[in-house]
Amino acid sequence: MLQIISLLMENKAGALMRVTGLLTARGYNIDSLTVARTLDPGLSRMTIAVEIESHGRRQLIKQMNKLINVLQATDLTDGPSVTREMVLMRVRAAQEVRTAILKEAEIFGARIVDSTTDGFALEATGDIEKLDELINIMRTYGDIEVTRSGAVAVSLEAKKLRLSPPVLRSDVSISEEKNGVV
Amino acid sequence: MSELMSGAKILLECLGREGVDVIFGYPGGVTLPFYDALYENPIRHVLVRHEQNAAFAAQGYARSTGKVGVCCATSGPGATNLVTGLVDAMMDSIPIVALTGQVSTKLIGTDAFQEADTFGITRSATKHNYLVKNIKDLPAVIHEAFYIAASGRPGPVLVDVTKDVFMGNAYYEPVNSIHLPGYKVYTEGHTGQIRRAAQMMLEAERPLVYAGGGIVLGNAHEELRAIVELLDVPAVCTLMGLGGLPSDHPNFISMPGMHGSFAANMAMSGADLLIALGVRFDDRVTGRLAAFAPHAKIIHVDIDPAEISKNRNADLPIVGDLKNVLPKLCANVQEIRSETGDQERPALKRWWKQIRDWKAEHPLKPVFSTSEIKPQHLMAEIDRISQGRAIVTTDVGQHQMWAAQLIRYNAPRLWINSGGLGSMGFGLPSAIGAQFANPDQLVFSIVGDGGFQMSLPELATLMNYGLPVKIIVMNNGYLGMVRQWQELFYNNRLCSVTLDSFPEPEQLAGAYGFKGRTVEQPSELADALKEAIEYNGPYLLNVRVTPTENVYPMVPAGGAINEMVLGPVQPTPVA
Repeated sequence: MLQIISLLMENKAGALMRVTGLLTARGYNIDSLTVARTLDPGLSRMTIAVEIESHGRRQLIKQMNKLINVLQATDLTDGPSVTREMVLMRVRAAQEVRTAILKEAEIFGARIVDSTTDGFALEATGDIEKLDELINIMRTYGDIEVTRSGAVAVSLEAKKLRLSPPVLRSDVSISEEKNGVV
Repeated sequence: MSELMSGAKILLECLGREGVDVIFGYPGGVTLPFYDALYENPIRHVLVRHEQNAAFAAQGYARSTGKVGVCCATSGPGATNLVTGLVDAMMDSIPIVALTGQVSTKLIGTDAFQEADTFGITRSATKHNYLVKNIKDLPAVIHEAFYIAASGRPGPVLVDVTKDVFMGNAYYEPVNSIHLPGYKVYTEGHTGQIRRAAQMMLEAERPLVYAGGGIVLGNAHEELRAIVELLDVPAVCTLMGLGGLPSDHPNFISMPGMHGSFAANMAMSGADLLIALGVRFDDRVTGRLAAFAPHAKIIHVDIDPAEISKNRNADLPIVGDLKNVLPKLCANVQEIRSETGDQERPALKRWWKQIRDWKAEHPLKPVFSTSEIKPQHLMAEIDRISQGRAIVTTDVGQHQMWAAQLIRYNAPRLWINSGGLGSMGFGLPSAIGAQFANPDQLVFSIVGDGGFQMSLPELATLMNYGLPVKIIVMNNGYLGMVRQWQELFYNNRLCSVTLDSFPEPEQLAGAYGFKGRTVEQPSELADALKEAIEYNGPYLLNVRVTPTENVYPMVPAGGAINEMVLGPVQPTPVA
């Protein structure tokens, strides 16, 4: 089933590669992936939608939490969360169906962002299945071109972010001695 | 008071602060500034003859001491040659830091001479990796690399440094704190879980300790011994865990798994409680997972939360450092006992009797012949000399399995082999690293005639540094393990497994300036080994063994571990 994972990660070169590499190394195909900075410019929030059989889910979240650049990986698939996607589409429409298209767009809460004699450019946000329906309907009116943003999600419950405190180098050498390392 | 220093010198300063005394490496174009700084630095550089072996030697150093091993290579081919050694360290959780040179920042992405995307290539080969393009980042990155390599579940860390960083100058300020907010190390173990685990251990009728590489890596061998003795439970050590409990310890049963002993595998299958300590339920141990330890509840202690319930569901997981968790478990066991009083445990007595019976039924014992040297005979001779005290390194294959079955390891960090990745060509270079770290210790590098030929260039390194490693080639003229499988599962259609043209050992070793010989007669073996050990320097002993001997017991691929083939299958007589 489609799993939605939310990652809070350090905004560092290579961090994205570590996450995608972890998925490809396990043969998972990414359905969508979005990433952008957070309120703290040093951190990014990533939402990944990926097709995974249920027994692999916990393992994947654990592996992601092991990545040093990842501060927190959360499985939003079952928890209380909101997932939205945005779609931009161009619909080529003949004169006689223009009104019908506008009606359909209204039903889905889509906005017209551009209108020409050839047709419309539409913008819509919603959950993934809703946008699938909108796209299916618009296809019946003629040629369309679609760009989807990929899922973005937010958890509805506050999850405590546990960060490791700085380690003093002197502590490091002491603890190594304790462990019997010469 | 900071001081203006070159990047190369800053790097060496940081290595010095990490206690590095030896680097295994191979220089090249972009690392020239680093080697120039090394010229006047007390850190010793060991020139190996191939970068892959630099990584293996660093592993030998790390595996035999517990300290972080360091290797170094130039950009492009130097870095790509390290990859097998890095993945090998990743699979066995060995702490090494690999330093590679990279072309100048301005040239990155231009297909410059000896440019390779080392950062990208080694992403999945390391626990973490870095590309340093700014000299100001260098000190923090180096200390982070050592911290990440050694802490938590250890592993390899690579630091790729551009040439302009080596050559640039900066005011050096020592780094005194490491800040990795997303790097979680779990050490203590959950108090409640530990209490429940202690309870389960006391209630079990057929408990078994299943100890792995985590015991060795976590320096928890004394703690393991304490809990095994406190509970008086039988214990198996996996291939990576050998030496975690001394082979001579009365509670040690031997190794489980594909080529594990009958007793160890039967014990795993019959136990009602597996106390899994620093293990990962590897397929070579569990056999067919669905049939593995079918009656057992699982207590799983590991420092890596991702190992818990990865392959086999843990009934009682404890995430923590074994060195901390095991003494707490002992304390809880003692507490519960003092509350309830010492209980008679007749079931445990019956379990012990069962295990002793299994041991007696099919013991792991060497095979001898008067006409040819059996490989098991060779291992028994080495065991007789070692008495559980010598360092033994191996490659992968038949010789590795016999060396694991038949040689005793009475301390951790003596048994050094490529377990997870199973890399041929590991034995000799890892012996070089181990001998550097333990100059007074007897080091055997037991290799097959296949893997030995993958590490031939390092004969020069041995001679160069006068390392008295004793190379024992178990020469059966075949890629023995592959041949065994072709014999058993591919109708003996032997395809590309015959190794003809083995170099004449006396001449080969002689060409490098040390001694070598071949031994073929069983009666000569003991003397030949004695000569090798008494020889002052490296020695190449080529032992011609029975060509078609197979390793038993054997669990065929996909089999349950209690369905072992115990010996050669006799052809069914035709009626």
